[in-house]
Amino acid sequence: MSEAPASRPLTAPYLARPALARPALAALRWRRLGGQALVYLVLSAGLLVAIFPFVWMVLTSLKDRAEASAFPPTLFPSVWHPENYVEAWRTAPWPRYFFNTLLVSTVVALGNMTTSTLAAYAFARLRFFAKPVVFFLLLATLMIPDEVTVIPNYVLIQRLKWINTYQALIVPFLAGVFGIFLLRQFFRSLPQDLFEAAMLDGAGHLQIIWYVVLPLSRPALITVALLSFLSSYNSFLWPLLVASRAELRMVMVGLNSFTTEVSTRFDLLMAASAMVILPVVMLFFVAQRYFVEGVTRTGLRG
Amino acid sequence: MSTVAARLKHLLMPEAVSSQAAWRRFWRETALAYTFLLPALVIIITFKLAPVFFAFYISLHRWSLVPERFVGLGNYVYLLHSEEFRRSLLISVYYVVGAVPAEMVLGLLLAVLLFRSAWLQGLYRTGYFLPYVTSTLAAAVVWSWMYHPQIGVINWMLKTLGLPTQRWMQEETGVLRLLGEWLGIHVPVWAEGPSLAMFAIIVMTIWHYTGFHMVVFLAGLSTIPRELYDAARIDGASSWQLFRHITWPLLSPTTFFLFIVSTIGAFQAFNQIYQMAPPVGGPRGATTTATIYIFKQFYVGGYVGRGSAAAFILFGIILALTLLNFYILERRVHYE
Repeated sequence: MSEAPASRPLTAPYLARPALARPALAALRWRRLGGQALVYLVLSAGLLVAIFPFVWMVLTSLKDRAEASAFPPTLFPSVWHPENYVEAWRTAPWPRYFFNTLLVSTVVALGNMTTSTLAAYAFARLRFFAKPVVFFLLLATLMIPDEVTVIPNYVLIQRLKWINTYQALIVPFLAGVFGIFLLRQFFRSLPQDLFEAAMLDGAGHLQIIWYVVLPLSRPALITVALLSFLSSYNSFLWPLLVASRAELRMVMVGLNSFTTEVSTRFDLLMAASAMVILPVVMLFFVAQRYFVEGVTRTGLRG
Repeated sequence: MSTVAARLKHLLMPEAVSSQAAWRRFWRETALAYTFLLPALVIIITFKLAPVFFAFYISLHRWSLVPERFVGLGNYVYLLHSEEFRRSLLISVYYVVGAVPAEMVLGLLLAVLLFRSAWLQGLYRTGYFLPYVTSTLAAAVVWSWMYHPQIGVINWMLKTLGLPTQRWMQEETGVLRLLGEWLGIHVPVWAEGPSLAMFAIIVMTIWHYTGFHMVVFLAGLSTIPRELYDAARIDGASSWQLFRHITWPLLSPTTFFLFIVSTIGAFQAFNQIYQMAPPVGGPRGATTTATIYIFKQFYVGGYVGRGSAAAFILFGIILALTLLNFYILERRVHYE
């Protein structure tokens, strides 16, 4: 009650603003409507540019061979040819490419979740010797560009005789600093009481992770798994270097070699691109929230 | 002396370890913590941290399949005198300068427009973000098709608009020179800018990353308290003033962060550049960025030592630029 007089002088001048005359109000409303229309015009034009390559890819992939490379191009196929996808699928060992990619990406995602959870828990919940030093060291690795590490890693993989093996595609990516940071932040935000209660009940740290932390951290874990799956699925340079043999190719390397194999069959090329892009787009539609969350939290630029 | 020791102790030990029992507990927890950290540390040290030192070691050698002999700074001296390498650095700079600011401005524009429009916000956001989740390699395949010099849809659009068609990925002439020719102005070679092929890749890159910037900017915008806008609007501020005096300064940590991350990221771009200009490095090396140059030296040419040295020079440049950014820009950033 006693605070009311103090706040009144603050609000009073605003309340006392003179009401606008009716015509002026109408003009203002029109101007705002015009502004809104302009905003949506710009937004829609941008949207058109953003999705046009996808649209053009799908449209080309459904045209017949001659129509796909006709100039001037037709917008819609005069006859729709969904069987292009079957032909593209049969022209290269796509089942193998997809199998390799799913295997590698899944193992990488699971591995990342495991190593990141353990490390993040240590940073978020344990007191230990040289903690800030280790943390800073990990932070510093974010500054190291891939160009620098790719050559020594290639030499290392060569020495280990891992060229053209699955472990060359998997092992280097089983842990990542982004996952550790993201989970550490999340674990720190969990209420302290929970941990104390679990401790009092005599739970060990592994039990706390399993029964308390993991169930509560599902969104963060999904984000880590998704982003590492995606970056593995989309990876190209490393698989090109260490696993270019046909049986071990991942989809992006497969797509790259497909472009030279069928170079002028744009219908097949676009069908193959669509096949490669589609799983990611579907994943994105299902789990958009986690993607956005992960990207805004880590600033990952894949 | 004592302050240094105290600082060191602070880095190594948490504050309150007093009794004997507390000591024992602390060391037990340390053992446990390192057990938890072990898998991640082994991977990160082996494949991220140690390779930096190994790369430096390699760069001091003549090294093709195996180390041949120690050459000291020979590889570095070679590179600094190499016309091709210097050109690749310039092309990288064109790429970064061409792509990053444009991505950021467009991303910010879309974010600001989208932030206040509730209608269909989800649809727009999804659409803009879609390019970012697709792989740069697959997107590059599609863009190469759109850029096709004879039958590509982009040339068809230009033709429909009455503009001259282009050779896109096969064009090594600089964009500014082409523009000059079209307008009837003579542009000298040193001012021709990136090749049209490189420009085409820059456009594709902007398309790919704008949604990323938009999403991060949207997250930044949502942290700005609404009352600030309400109060300023009541005081009669225009939309531009709101942006200039509230949004822009309060968004500066996000902008700064995006700028740093994107510059570092853009210097590392490889997939789309490799895919879009098929003879590796483009027409007469017109799209040979530093990354492509390193790849060519190391993988195509087998000059592992030289490639490593080039990677190190690039690393040095990125690091210097990042530190410079921190030094110059950080004091302009308003943290709350």
